[in-house]
This record gives sequence, structure tokens and C-alpha cells, in this order.
Amino acid sequence: MSTLTSPDFKDNARAALADKQLQRALSEVAPGLAARRSAARAALPEFEALREAGRDIKDHTLAHLDIYLDEFERKAAAAGSIVHFAPTAEDARRIVRDICRDAKARLVTKGKSMISEEIGLNAALEGDGLEVVETDLGEYLIQIRGETPSHIIAPAIHLTQDQVEADFRRLHTKLPPDRQLIEPSQLVAEARQILRAKFLAADVGITGANFLIAETGSSVIVTNEGNGDLTQSLPKVHIVLASIEKMVPTLEDAGTLIRLLARSATGQEISTYTTFSTGPRRAGDPDGPEACHIVILDNGRAELLASEFREVLRCIRCGACMNHCPVYTAIGGHAYGWVYPGPIGAVLTPALIGVRNAGHLPNASTFCGRCEQVCPMKIPLPGLMRHWREAEFSAGDAPLLYRLGLAAWAAAARRPRLYHTLARIVMPVLATLGRRRGRFRRLPLAGGWTRHRDLPAPQGRTFQALWADHHAGVPR
Amino acid sequence: MPGSAPQSAKVRPRVGLFVTCLVDLFRPSVGFAAVKLLTGAGCDVDVPTRQTCCGQPAYNSGDKATAQQLARQTIAAFEAHDYVVAPSGSCAGMLKLHYPELLKGDPAWTARAAAFAAKVHELVSFLVDVRGVDAVHAKLEARVTYHDSCSGLRELGISDQPRKLLRSVEGLQLVELPDADVCCGFGGTFSVKYPDISSAIVERKAEHVAATGADLLLAGDLGCLMNMAGKLSRQGRRIAVRHVAEVLAGELAEPAIGGRP
Repeated sequence: MSTLTSPDFKDNARAALADKQLQRALSEVAPGLAARRSAARAALPEFEALREAGRDIKDHTLAHLDIYLDEFERKAAAAGSIVHFAPTAEDARRIVRDICRDAKARLVTKGKSMISEEIGLNAALEGDGLEVVETDLGEYLIQIRGETPSHIIAPAIHLTQDQVEADFRRLHTKLPPDRQLIEPSQLVAEARQILRAKFLAADVGITGANFLIAETGSSVIVTNEGNGDLTQSLPKVHIVLASIEKMVPTLEDAGTLIRLLARSATGQEISTYTTFSTGPRRAGDPDGPEACHIVILDNGRAELLASEFREVLRCIRCGACMNHCPVYTAIGGHAYGWVYPGPIGAVLTPALIGVRNAGHLPNASTFCGRCEQVCPMKIPLPGLMRHWREAEFSAGDAPLLYRLGLAAWAAAARRPRLYHTLARIVMPVLATLGRRRGRFRRLPLAGGWTRHRDLPAPQGRTFQALWADHHAGVPR
Repeated sequence: MPGSAPQSAKVRPRVGLFVTCLVDLFRPSVGFAAVKLLTGAGCDVDVPTRQTCCGQPAYNSGDKATAQQLARQTIAAFEAHDYVVAPSGSCAGMLKLHYPELLKGDPAWTARAAAFAAKVHELVSFLVDVRGVDAVHAKLEARVTYHDSCSGLRELGISDQPRKLLRSVEGLQLVELPDADVCCGFGGTFSVKYPDISSAIVERKAEHVAATGADLLLAGDLGCLMNMAGKLSRQGRRIAVRHVAEVLAGELAEPAIGGRP
């Protein structure tokens, strides 16, 4: 399992805000992704209609998920794949380890997979003595640094080019030390050179899946580097890791969602490589694996299906919510402290690791609504975060001081006469205290506010008091 | 006088002003500006005293029971009015969209919440969309920029209406704010629960505001305005901050938000 630091979210965030390198990396990439999505959306008049169609496809699939999982298993088996259902992360790790052991594997290449991160697969395989190599460039970069992804589609978004160059020089010691690593293309070429040998030597290739298609038993991966194709077609054994909500009924449905995915993620009309895989190599096929295993993970999702959080299972992992989130773009993904960061993580993480561990995540949102506005699947992310806050509040898990403050305020707000009386007494006093400057630089009990910004002073009497006088004919 | 009612409006509708707790407590002049604009648009304005806060601090903190109590209290306070108007997109969004959601399991209140929601409007969009106001009779020589507060923009679709009326203010030059639709970092209780993150977000906003060269920043929500004004003044920037209603009503006698008297 990925290291869990979600309970330390506040400290993580503070450290992230003070990390100049991270701030530079974030300021360079995230706004670009948002702008590209906006351009792609503007170029497609039917984008909104497509979002609705996408949402309907996923809602329909989730409503009949048992039927489609069943159909997928039958169709995939007919195509020669072996389907494994993994109720828990541990089950999924065991299934993959067993397949690798049976294949007498020594080297495993991997395409990008967030499920692999969720179940902590690399550590498990390395524990068995396997060499595991990430082949997505971003994943490769964080693997050689011993880090975790900070974004679901751009895992190394927190790194700057200087850092990558330094890592390559440190690790790729067999290459000439005086080589140039200035252009991004030079870095990519070097990674390709290193990875090419691994692709050819790998015994097992593991990829994720963007979609599973019930009517054909196919899995679909979408990449920009082609690494997924080499990972799944060159080794003898291909393992697909997917969670249950990746299911769609038909090829046509997958097509609809793919149109939304690339545009929402990177602003591309379509990713460079979109690959449909159906079973292992057939007689007469020029290439492909000898065996294809599809591991379908639940890990708490079936429970979500029957809860008020069901809509989060529509997610197609485009990352648009992160690119548009004022909180994510300020602190980056690692501060969230587990696999899934940003608004989608704020909803999904408490479901997967418990709201006690991840309570900060659904709270650390301004509810600005931009995530919901850009979500291709129209997931009401702020509303779902609010459900977590309700669960936390009902369980009495919110901080005591905060609950007391809220209770005191609520006691007054529910009694208009008392509320207005108190306001009439307090506000003029506060106004008098702040009159000279028009604002407070410091104020007891408002330290959270005044540490970073001034508190504008109130004007004096409340509106209700002034209005009552106004009505009684007293001049303002 | 600002605004002019369309000729067809023979009967003056009775508008209940939902003052909002921040305007009531911190900046009553926004309430009076709202009254002036509404009266000018041919409405009779009334201010029920049984209103306090829309309940968002409770609702967004997961305290659904308190939020429901405040929703019932607010709905009951405005049942006699033709319209409920608030000088805040955030509070209006709460009243219009979230009250029906909050009370949907309560048979005694479902219909009342729906009827209430149907007559709720944010101030500036009410003037333009419901009352047909397309210009105000106000004057201000200033370079002005406008921030779209999140709830007003995304929940209620308020974007063109304030710009339209601001362009009618004599002498006012409106310059667009880069990333005007990005959150200012206020987020109600978020600003005190996660002050460091909130501060980082509003710092970015302040940079964008400064980049416009405007001498006055406007928005339609006092929470966002107090956040941005507080950051701008802490940074020592001399950019005044006001609620958009103050400019549209020509009610500028009071110092700007956080400004020295």
C-alpha cells in the first residue's frame, strides 16, 4: 500500500506551499492543462451533449453492473483471457504474484496503472525478488526517485526538468557523462533507450485499463507514449489490472467516453495511442502475449455502489478536476497523502481508507464547484464531499473547538431575536475598535484569518438596526 | 435614481430582502444599496426580521440538522413575498438550490421549499433578468475589475448581468480580470480551517487583480470581497474593494471594504 499521510494533510500542505521547486512545477503545468481542455471543449460543439451521454452510459452500467461483469467474463474467456475477481487489495496482489510465479518471471514491465498504486503492487512483487520497471515516462521518473504519483494522469507533474536531468545523470551511469540533456526530447530519448531493453527482456507485462468492454471482453488503454502497447504485447504474459467501475457495455460506449477522456485530460481530440486488446495471441497473429489475465478489483467499490457516493464510480480518471482545483494547484498531489489526490481523491479516498484517516480531504475544499463544472462525467464532487462532512459530523469526528463554535453560532442563528440583539451589541464595539484603520491586523479568535490577511472592520450598527430606525423615520 | 422598471410592470412586486449575515453585520451600506436598486426597479422592499443566516456554515460543516432548521426558519420568514432577493450569489444559491435538497425528505416542507426556491434571486441577476433593467444612472470615474464569485457564477449563471450594468455606469472603465472565474480562496469556513491554503489561493488572485491596473475591485459576494480586500491591504496594495451593488446604486459615501474612514 502506498504510504498513508492523509491524516497529516495540514502539515503536508504547509510544506508543499513552502517548496519552491514544487511551486514552480505546479505553476508551469496545471494552468496549461486547463487551458488546453478549454480549447478542446470550445472546438467541439456537442461537448455538453457528449458529457450527458457519457454520464448516462456510466449510470446505466453501474445500475446493471452485475450483468455486465458477467457478460465481460464470458466474452473475455471466449477470447482466451482468464478473468480473476479480487474482492480486496490483498487478493489482487496475491493473484498477480501467483501469475508471475507460475510464469517464472524475473522482469516485469508496467504500463501506467493507478490500481497498481492502490494495491501497492510494486512493493509486493519486489518482495518476491522480481525486477519491476515502470515504462510510462512519468511513472519511470517517480520510480527512480522512490516517489508516488502526484497526479493520476501526469504522475510526475511535481517535478521540474532540472530534477529529471539530475536523476538521469545520477542513475544512467553507463551513458557518456558529457551527453546533452537540455531539450525534453533528449530526456525522452534517453528514457526510451533505457526502457527499450526492458520491454524486450520482460517476462510479464502489467497494464491498467481505461475501459473494459462487456460485449467483446476487451480491455482498452489510452497512452501518449506507446509504452502500454509494448508492455502488453512483447512479454509472454499480459496482466490487466482494472477496478469494477471500468466496465462499459459496448464498443460504441467506449468510443463516446474516449472522446471525452482525452479532451478533458490533456485537451487532445484523442490520445496518441488507443489500444483495444481482446485475449492473448491467436494462431496467425504476428505478435501478442501467450496468456492474458484480467484482474478485476472491488476493494470497497461494491459498497459505494449501494451508497450516496455511487456517482463517484462514474469517474474515468481524466484528472480535469485536479487541473482546475484551486487547492490542488496550490499544494500538488502528494499533500493529499494517498493514491488519489484532488477533488476525486477527496471523495474516493475516505471510501477506500476510511474517513477517520482521510477526513481532511473532503474538508479541504472551497466548494468553488469548478471540478463539477469540468468533470466529463458530471460527478457532483462538492456535494459528495459534503456527504463525507456529514458523516464526519454525525460521528462526532470534527475537532471539538470547531464543533463548539459552530454550536454557539447555531444556537444564536436559530433564534432571530437573540441573534439580532447580540449583533446590535457586538458589531458597534468591533466597529469602534477597528475604526482608526478600517481593518484589523490581529484579532483574538480570528488568528486563522488575520495571520495571512487583514479583517475589514464592520461599519458600525447592523443593517437590521439601521433598517428598523429607517422605518421608524429616524434618519440614517 | 438607478434603474427603470419596464413599462409593463403595473403592480409593484413585493420583494423580501435577504440581507445575508455578512452584509447585516459588516457592511449594511450594501443592504441599503440593494434597497435603492430594487426600489428603482419598481419593487416594494421589505426586510423580515426573522432572518439570520442562510445556514451555509452548518451545511458545509456537515451539520445538516442545523442547516435544515435555518432553512425552515428562512422559508417561513419570506412566505408572504413575491420575490426573495439577496446581494450574494452564494447565499442565493443556498436558498434556491440547496434548501429544496435539504428538505426533500420532509413531506411538510417539500412543496414550501420548492415554492420558496422559485422566487429566490441574486440581486444583480434579478435586476437584469427579472426586472429588465439594462442600465443604471450612476457615475464613477474609475478603472474597475470584476471577480466572478463561484456560487453566483456556477450555480446561478451570473456573469453577463453585472458586466452589462457596470458598462452603463458613466465614466467607469471595466477591465477583465485574468482567471476571473477562479476561486478567491475564501470558501466560508475553509478560510479559517485551512488558512495557509486559503492564503496561497487569494495571493494568486491578488496578483491577477494588481495586473489589471484597476483601482477598484468589485464582486457580488461580501465573503469573497472581505477575503480579497484583506489580502490586498495586507500586501500594502492600494486597490479599493467594494460590492458591485454599491457602485450600481451610486452609494459610495462609506469607505471601501477595509478602507480607512
